[in-house]
Amino acid sequence: MALVFHIPSPLRVFAEGKAEVILEVPAATMGEALAALWTRHPGLRDRIVTEQGEVRQYVNIFVGDGNIRDLAGLATPVLDGCEIMIVPSVAGGKN
Amino acid sequence: MDVAHNIAPKAGDAVLLVGTTKGAFLLSANAARRRWEVSGPHFPGHIVYALAYDGRAGRRRIWLSSFNWAYGTTLRASDDFGQTWTNPESHPIKFPEDTGQALKQIWQIAVGRAEEPEKMYCGVEPAALFESNDAGQSWSLVRGLFDHPHRPHWNPGNGGLCLHTVLPDPSNPKRIHIAISAAGVYRTDDGGKSWKVRNKGIRADFQPVKYPEFGQCVHKVVRHPSRPDRLFLQNHGGLYRSDDGGDSWKDIGKGVPSDFGFPIVMHPHDPDTAYVVPLEQEMRCGPEGKLRVYRTRNAGRSWEPLTRGLPQKNAYETVLRDGMANDTLDPAGIYFGTRSGKLFGSANDGNSWRLILEGLPPITCVKACVKAPVKAAVVSGTSSPRRTSARKPSRKTKPRQPARRKRARA
Repeated sequence: MALVFHIPSPLRVFAEGKAEVILEVPAATMGEALAALWTRHPGLRDRIVTEQGEVRQYVNIFVGDGNIRDLAGLATPVLDGCEIMIVPSVAGGKN
Repeated sequence: MDVAHNIAPKAGDAVLLVGTTKGAFLLSANAARRRWEVSGPHFPGHIVYALAYDGRAGRRRIWLSSFNWAYGTTLRASDDFGQTWTNPESHPIKFPEDTGQALKQIWQIAVGRAEEPEKMYCGVEPAALFESNDAGQSWSLVRGLFDHPHRPHWNPGNGGLCLHTVLPDPSNPKRIHIAISAAGVYRTDDGGKSWKVRNKGIRADFQPVKYPEFGQCVHKVVRHPSRPDRLFLQNHGGLYRSDDGGDSWKDIGKGVPSDFGFPIVMHPHDPDTAYVVPLEQEMRCGPEGKLRVYRTRNAGRSWEPLTRGLPQKNAYETVLRDGMANDTLDPAGIYFGTRSGKLFGSANDGNSWRLILEGLPPITCVKACVKAPVKAAVVSGTSSPRRTSARKPSRKTKPRQPARRKRARA
């Protein structure tokens, strides 16, 4: 199955400069899809999830229009051809 | 503020490492310390809480922690004074999975003893100590401290539950002091396997028991290299000195307008001389709107205000715990940065001060060093594979006042 990841610009240095990463991998859940992404581009992992494997507080991951936080988190199902968008959340004003 | 390019310090030049909430700035000057070259911002938008210089074993390496609000905290190094930096694929400091903890901030980067040039330490939030035995290439959690029975009872200060001070003992390879807000001072005498609390005599005004075993909100501790058992401590209310390696602490807070403050530094060549920036506790600015450094030259028996060159009106400034530093030249350079982005320095032991730079983002960290002369030594701890170019445009700052020729200390 094909998965299309959209990579935010600050992290593209860890994805060979690509804005879009397409993987042909078997994956049933978002957790499995991300694991495949780390295998291809290991530098993305620590910036998207903590060392405990939790998606960082100010990183959002969308499948289509749905934020996985509002769905089933890393257990959210992924389907062939789905687009996965990784974006930093709107957080500012403190500093 | 003009932006700067690379600095290129020569051997014997003073170098300042300045962390802010929006990136880092590097400065260098010759021993006169009148004109400073500036480079930065390095990692604009990143919070830089910790910087360190490693001049051991032939290295000329700057270490920097950068926190990106979305993507976390990483540790970077530069061997060319900021022209290029490492950008490791994997964040070097990570809690093991079984701890259930995730790194928030690196609060302190400390190099080990000169005789152990591969040894390094990082103090982090949540409070824990990491060590490296290969000059920063790999890091591991110091389990002896993490497993301390007190740890579940430590409480965070306003800045978070942070291990902010790491002091390897230059005379004893097995001894290290660390300090945590709000837990206090701990010491190991067996290289990190076990840790004993060392808070005897330190007050905790915010607790029902004023002198608890632990729970003190120690803000900063310093050690003099020539007299390793002498420590000075700035507490959350209270100034202290220990002459027995932290076994006991003596209150030395008489003679300052407030014994509240964050940083404390020592004179590099005189273990009786220390510097603090007293702050009014509620507002956390200098009392009466005056920016004053206080100096003791008799180990805390008396203190004198140092005001020459510092604003004494409407100066509502705050200096954070790592916002003050000394170089090792003679006379000594003393430096501090404020939350309003002003960097002040003295090239004469604190007798007079100049505004070196203003308009910076809030300053979190100031470290000072002197570039070591080149020696024929093997440089170990090679950097991680990815390097990013960080060349910047440049400028030179002009001194605000002529440098004083008079020697600082009588």
